[in-house]
Amino acid sequence: MTVAGDLFLLLGAAFACLGALGLIRMPDVYNRLQAGTKSVTLGTMAILIGIGLHHPDWWSNLLIIAILVLFTNPVGSASIARASLLAGVRPWRVDRDSARQLPSADGGDA
Amino acid sequence: MSVSLLHIIALCLLGAGLVLSVVRFMLGPTTPDRVVAADTLSILITAGLVWLAHLLDSQIYLAIALVYGALAFVGTVALARAIEGGRS
Repeated sequence: MTVAGDLFLLLGAAFACLGALGLIRMPDVYNRLQAGTKSVTLGTMAILIGIGLHHPDWWSNLLIIAILVLFTNPVGSASIARASLLAGVRPWRVDRDSARQLPSADGGDA
Repeated sequence: MSVSLLHIIALCLLGAGLVLSVVRFMLGPTTPDRVVAADTLSILITAGLVWLAHLLDSQIYLAIALVYGALAFVGTVALARAIEGGRS
């Protein structure tokens, strides 16, 4: 039981770290929102399951926190996306010049 | 309270996630980037508070995490409304 809880905690922390890494790596507000919200929500759920495996008598509080995160996180994300679209942030797209420069940037000959 | 090696590695990964979102919060080019980073940071802090309840073995931190999550949601929606009304 404890080893399974530790594995769930490791999985959740890995997904949280990958979500924050996507927050660094993505080029746009909307892509960052996507990476930062979905992956971090999955990581939080896995962390809650891991804590629930460690302490089985805390399940009611953990269930309330899980329901709160699952309800408020997509609502907040959609609210930020709508606000940034209304504030005039254009979605990122690859134009022709930077598409021509992409293979040289990825090829590593710089 | 027994802390295993797997536990320490997972804590380091969560700390790395916190540091990366703080970096995006500091160097985000526009205001919506900073709001996204603050949203992610608040969710990570909620998960960290639940983890702190496990580490300190006291149930009161679960209530703190619940209240922090609700207040962070209200703050996120308020910030989104502010940047929406500020420029349009």
